[in-house]
Amino acid sequence: MSANNQLRTLIIGYGNPGRQDDGLGPEFIKQIEHIESEHLHLQSNYQLTVEDAYDAQEYDQLIFVDASIDACLNVGLKTEKPFLFEQIENIDDSGLGSHSLSPNGVIRLCETLYGSSPKAFVLGILGYEFDQFEECLSAQANTNLQAALTFLQNWLTSQTYA
Amino acid sequence: MKTKKARILEIEPLTRVEGHGKVTVHLDENNEVTEARLHIVEFRGFERFIQGRLLWEVPVIVQRLCGICPVSHHLAAAKAMDMIVGVDQLTPTAEKMRRLMHYGQVMQSNVLHFFHLCSPDLLFGFSAPAKKRNIFSIIKEFPDLAKKGVLMRKYGQEVILHTAGKKIHGNSAVPGGINKNLQLTERDALLKDIDQMIAWSQEAVDISKNYTMEHLGLVEGFGNFKSNHMSLVREDGALDLYDGGLRAVDANGNLIFDHMDYRNFDQFIMEEVKPWSYMKFPFIKSRGNLDGWYRVGPLARMNTISFIDTPLANARHAEFREFSKHKPANMTLAYHWARMIEVLHCVEKIKELLHDPDLQGSDLMLKGERREEGIAVIEAPRGSLFHHYKVNENDQVTYCNLIVSTTHNNTAMNLAVTDVAKKYISGKSRISEAMLNHIEVAVRAYDPCLSCATHALGQMPLVVELFDANNNLIDTGSQFVSK
Repeated sequence: MSANNQLRTLIIGYGNPGRQDDGLGPEFIKQIEHIESEHLHLQSNYQLTVEDAYDAQEYDQLIFVDASIDACLNVGLKTEKPFLFEQIENIDDSGLGSHSLSPNGVIRLCETLYGSSPKAFVLGILGYEFDQFEECLSAQANTNLQAALTFLQNWLTSQTYA
Repeated sequence: MKTKKARILEIEPLTRVEGHGKVTVHLDENNEVTEARLHIVEFRGFERFIQGRLLWEVPVIVQRLCGICPVSHHLAAAKAMDMIVGVDQLTPTAEKMRRLMHYGQVMQSNVLHFFHLCSPDLLFGFSAPAKKRNIFSIIKEFPDLAKKGVLMRKYGQEVILHTAGKKIHGNSAVPGGINKNLQLTERDALLKDIDQMIAWSQEAVDISKNYTMEHLGLVEGFGNFKSNHMSLVREDGALDLYDGGLRAVDANGNLIFDHMDYRNFDQFIMEEVKPWSYMKFPFIKSRGNLDGWYRVGPLARMNTISFIDTPLANARHAEFREFSKHKPANMTLAYHWARMIEVLHCVEKIKELLHDPDLQGSDLMLKGERREEGIAVIEAPRGSLFHHYKVNENDQVTYCNLIVSTTHNNTAMNLAVTDVAKKYISGKSRISEAMLNHIEVAVRAYDPCLSCATHALGQMPLVVELFDANNNLIDTGSQFVSK
């Protein structure tokens, strides 16, 4: 925690903006950039990578923002919720892709390598179109993005002071 | 009479290989492997997506193609657009900035591949349980190695950040030059850790070399087949990852062509279509489709070049050539050793460039006589990357053709998979996890980039499906546990 009790927060939005709704994560970061806080840092990338674990050790909490094809994936439901927001645990997840990590992988790597265990949350925003090279979100994904933005800004406000 | 039927085993998608690929293993009635095929969806949609775009925006847009090596596409497109804007030779500052960016990209990509994707296979063995064969087990048993991998990768990313302007969607390479130089503060930040990077790179070469030497029987019997090899080389035959002429050698090291102008690549490279694959199969025209296929990437580069122009990497290349008796090394697993020699080369080049005052120069852009067509080749981490564009009088792209290194290696990866499947799956009635991983190790050595697939949450990493001769699904399974 920082000197004035504010939580140091890192938000990482990831995905490929050139693949339609896969760009929800980076677009989220773009639309939240107006928030000015020395305790809030924003990052965009195509995917999560091992060096994110290195950066993560400096923060109290992490928020991973990604497109989701199933906004309720962790509870196995198939509803049309616009987004999912839940805390993720340091569970056994060996899901290192060719050059990318899952959110679980990042926090597990952070703890295993650097002994740091920031709280971590995933914000999965429901997307629909992923198969074409196109630099725009579908209309419904954009609606879901706005809902997720509103939610997270309120949540951050409530989280600012411990 | 009851007869045995042929079977097809599908492995889909491959773990630790980006995007979605699928391997089908074709078994005869005696469960002997007849053929194995690697299926990858190619990026043809992207080429259509580029059409109509303005030439100035192409070097940025092409980075959308791939989250793994966006810098390679950025630089290849910029080089092709240099040709269109009539610039055949960049200013020293522009070329050196681009080279610095490229060395950072090749370094970080090769480091990640070796330390975090391949090291579990090499250090724990191909048959180790899937739960052990991952980066977290490496951290547990080889923590220093894992930390070095992370910090080396981070260093390469910092080089990209300072040269490309940003971590994602860098835009510094523009047609005819570069839009930023390297500030002294940026230079000093990178110089701070460079000697550490060189030391760790040498350790990485030792690990990969020692693995090869200590497991010679395995290395020689695993995806080892004769092939041609192709890469760019500098005018004097040195390794050059950014520019040069194309050189191809056959399995015995005889030259097929040398210093070929890549702007005429369609005169000596052809692409074959096969009905079962979306991805084409390139081959050297003069050798025909059966004998003309070739490998690209780190192994091919070590086989084609005459020397390396940095002293430490050159000494390691000499060792490599000694090992292969001064003939091309054809062992799939030797890719790892070759890859680490390239990391050492890149770090040496980064140091050399950081001490070059041209990087602080202000002469960044040139203009020339406008052309309608641009062709570029660079040596990306996985191999030769071709970008070919035509533009109209309104500066709009009317034609785009990309040949990525995964496509160049298509035949080789299929042969590697077949070779390994025959050795480890033939005669078995059930497919074990270890057998599957042997196939993946063979594919992974080429570090194929299949990143056209998106990475939305909720997708399973690996599904194995077994079909009978009538294509009925009779078994299914998952390679590793998650979620």
